[in-house]
Amino acid sequence: MKTHFMRKTADLTATAALCCCMAISTAILGASLAFLTSKGWGALTWEFITEPPRAGMTEGGIVTPIVGSVQLIAVSMAFAFPVGILTAIYFNEYAADGTLTRLLRLAIRSLASVPSVVLGLFGFAFFCSFLRFGVSLLSAGLTLGCLAIPTLITAAETALQNVPQDFRDASYALGATQWQTIYRVVLPSALPSIITGGILCVGRVAGETAPIMFTGAVYFSPGFASSIFDTVMALPYHIYVLATAGTQIDKTGPIQYGTILVLLALTLGISMTGIVARSHMRKKL
Amino acid sequence: MPKSAYGKMAASGARWSEKAPRGIVTAAALSGIWLMGFIILFLIKEGMPILSEVSILDIASGNRWYPVSSPPRYGMLPLFAGSCAVTLLSCVIAIPFGTAVALFISDVCPERAREFCKVSLEILGFLPSVVLGFLGMVVLAPWMQAKFELLSGLNMLNASFLLGVMILPTIATLSEDSLRAVSQSLRDASYALGATRFETMFKVVLPCASRGIVSAAILGMMRSVGETMVVLMASGGAALIPRFITDPVRPLTSTIAAEMGETPVGSPHYHALFFMGCLLMLFTCLLNMLVMKIESARRAK
Repeated sequence: MKTHFMRKTADLTATAALCCCMAISTAILGASLAFLTSKGWGALTWEFITEPPRAGMTEGGIVTPIVGSVQLIAVSMAFAFPVGILTAIYFNEYAADGTLTRLLRLAIRSLASVPSVVLGLFGFAFFCSFLRFGVSLLSAGLTLGCLAIPTLITAAETALQNVPQDFRDASYALGATQWQTIYRVVLPSALPSIITGGILCVGRVAGETAPIMFTGAVYFSPGFASSIFDTVMALPYHIYVLATAGTQIDKTGPIQYGTILVLLALTLGISMTGIVARSHMRKKL
Repeated sequence: MPKSAYGKMAASGARWSEKAPRGIVTAAALSGIWLMGFIILFLIKEGMPILSEVSILDIASGNRWYPVSSPPRYGMLPLFAGSCAVTLLSCVIAIPFGTAVALFISDVCPERAREFCKVSLEILGFLPSVVLGFLGMVVLAPWMQAKFELLSGLNMLNASFLLGVMILPTIATLSEDSLRAVSQSLRDASYALGATRFETMFKVVLPCASRGIVSAAILGMMRSVGETMVVLMASGGAALIPRFITDPVRPLTSTIAAEMGETPVGSPHYHALFFMGCLLMLFTCLLNMLVMKIESARRAK
């Protein structure tokens, strides 16, 4: 029979081990952020974020990729946000439990599990070649949108489910039709948490590289994309290029760390905004 | 009254102002099916022509991937082995670790620190993969090279470790959800019988949440199979069947990412890359179906 002492020891050991695991995972995050910040801090100047790259990207700043990333996010969200919300409305307000709905759920789940590089292949074959959008901001944005749609649907659906049924009943009792109820009652009360979900989604999309590598992001472009059919530079792809393809990797060192810090500030900044807004909203409920 | 019953009432009124939004919403929702259909269709359309160049047997058993030599060789075995090896090693690292983190948050962590732990996990999940890949190149690789006296620090272990870090938040968060779903009364009953916290966690809570943890692990694995930037930057990129965990590998995803930009559209090489896309898609679909099966069994219970 196990003694009391042994059981107590096992208990303490397990607790310590679990604490260690959590501590390690926090430490990995903390150490990475601290390392990148300390290395990149020196490169961050006003010129760095307001000037385009010069001299084979060994000098100058990164304003072109920053603007490119923002443009990509804008295009992808312009596509994914309406589709995401409307699909969630369909699931939560209209859909009857039938074959079509089940098929749609299956499709969305599969879409969520498609590897990002495979989405990039699809984007190249479909948007660039088949629809003749070419390698462009539009193609890359739409491909990123495909990546964002499943996440957005889940976020919007949760938000719609959290709208109390009483709200709908009250609206119907006042004689409102179904669409009036959705548009005037359900959507406005779900909108804050839908937008929070959208913000979290933007944070994820901003850091993606694989889907845009062959659909729209380029190694270098002299200026900003002025139409949606132009190619763009993007922050994550810029990091990849500087780290692997540069001929003068030692010269671009500070620029690499600076670019990473800007990308981190962008993605984590957006995500933290989302997380804070979400916890704020949970408290209100 | 079920929600859809309102819809039927409204539809019987058959007014244009009701029908139009309903039609638009339904049409937009169906774009998900279209999109998925197009993805499958285009992958197959662009990937299958390779089979008229090389037999499926050569692709599956050939261990030479020389797509640009003449004659070109399209043996995908080393790439496939690379994908499997990296994925399995990352799961070996991340699944026990992720489950432990989940157990900590659900059963050990004091209430006040819980939110902090969850947010730190979530932020770890928001780190862009290109940044992790970069860390692998500039921090992990030189360290490994010096520590284990290797030819190159860019290898399977490096990539698997980073992939493990990437999928850790997925596994931990989902596992924690299912651990929290185990009712408190079960824990109370176990404590009342005199069990320690360790015994309660491992003999009561973990078995109850096992299905949820398994599906979390599979979802993590799915992300690991499809992850590109980390393996592209940190795995070394040699198309060899790995014999040891410090050998460099070239998984399917990184092959696609590295070679897609340089290949002419419509060439056999191009089709071969799409064929890899089909393989990856097939693999994730199988894993996805497994998860759905586990979930429906859980619901039935």
